[in-house]
Amino acid sequence: MANTFELIASSTVGSGGASSIDFTSIPSTYTDLAIYLSARQSRSELVSNTRIEFNGSSANLSCRYLQGTGSAAVSSSSASYLFAASPANTATANTFGNSFIYIPNYAGSTYKSVSWDAVTETNATGAEAYLVAGLWSNTAAITSVKLLSLSSDNFMQYSTAYLYGVKNA
Amino acid sequence: MAAGSTYTPIATTTIGSTTASYTFSSIPSTYTDLVLICSGYGASVDGNVFVCQVNGDTGTNYSTTRLSGNGTTASSGRRTSVTRAFLSDASGLPNSSSQISNYIVNFMNYSNTTTYKTIISRANVASGTYPATEALVNLWRNTAAINEIKVFPDPSENFAAGFTLTLYGIAAA
Repeated sequence: MANTFELIASSTVGSGGASSIDFTSIPSTYTDLAIYLSARQSRSELVSNTRIEFNGSSANLSCRYLQGTGSAAVSSSSASYLFAASPANTATANTFGNSFIYIPNYAGSTYKSVSWDAVTETNATGAEAYLVAGLWSNTAAITSVKLLSLSSDNFMQYSTAYLYGVKNA
Repeated sequence: MAAGSTYTPIATTTIGSTTASYTFSSIPSTYTDLVLICSGYGASVDGNVFVCQVNGDTGTNYSTTRLSGNGTTASSGRRTSVTRAFLSDASGLPNSSSQISNYIVNFMNYSNTTTYKTIISRANVASGTYPATEALVNLWRNTAAINEIKVFPDPSENFAAGFTLTLYGIAAA
């Protein structure tokens, strides 16, 4: 069988920042999607949240997450957003949080189940780790992905995102 | 997860009709690690856990430790000397097409013949009666190379039609 973990597209935020990172015209020829995100947000806080949208829609997204803060583990949920943490502008300089987002069967006709792992380690308080179970309650094939700030801030310069397609044959 | 030329599909299936289990057999030893990607829901019974057995071993040679969050409570638990590896535990396989789950499972250094085998699972059930996001580590106390993996809902459930399972091999070189 062929080797099938392929880069579809990538994005690096330039000077001045960006309000979102967008992947459009995603081909339906893969089985799953994997996104590797390295991000820092402009919000004047230690931590901010990055959320995801599919096909230009912010509707029908939900998640349950497990959050470790360095001193406690808590769990919560959202009936409106699918998100995880990123470092923000008062976090330790030069620190960028990492996320791994996996979307099985993104081109299928069922609802889309999402796995999202995120860390914001900064050698200081305010660092967090997230495990997230997400659901997009929509049967449409995913053709575009938007990553953006939950608090409407910007991704800072040098944030990067890589979108991979995974084929099962 | 490794990128590039070493992420190779070994076998894949989409369940065509309700099935109690699926077995990946004759797994070649030519890779370094294995990754199993599963997604879907159960046929009828709500809340089964998702488990696996390797090389046909049904003995009490498995143990697991989990970290889970159900949207309200964070918890951790452990099972020792059990008869299967737990790919989910606090979360339950939903039984509705509106509650799709997914599982990303890593079998580390699966083909060596000198160490016990570690299996790490990320389980994601965002909605339904038993939702949770989980990280689980399992130990199979056997030094044999893994050449067969049987996955099934536990204690009693079928995969619904459309459930997908794909096994990938990752080669270090």
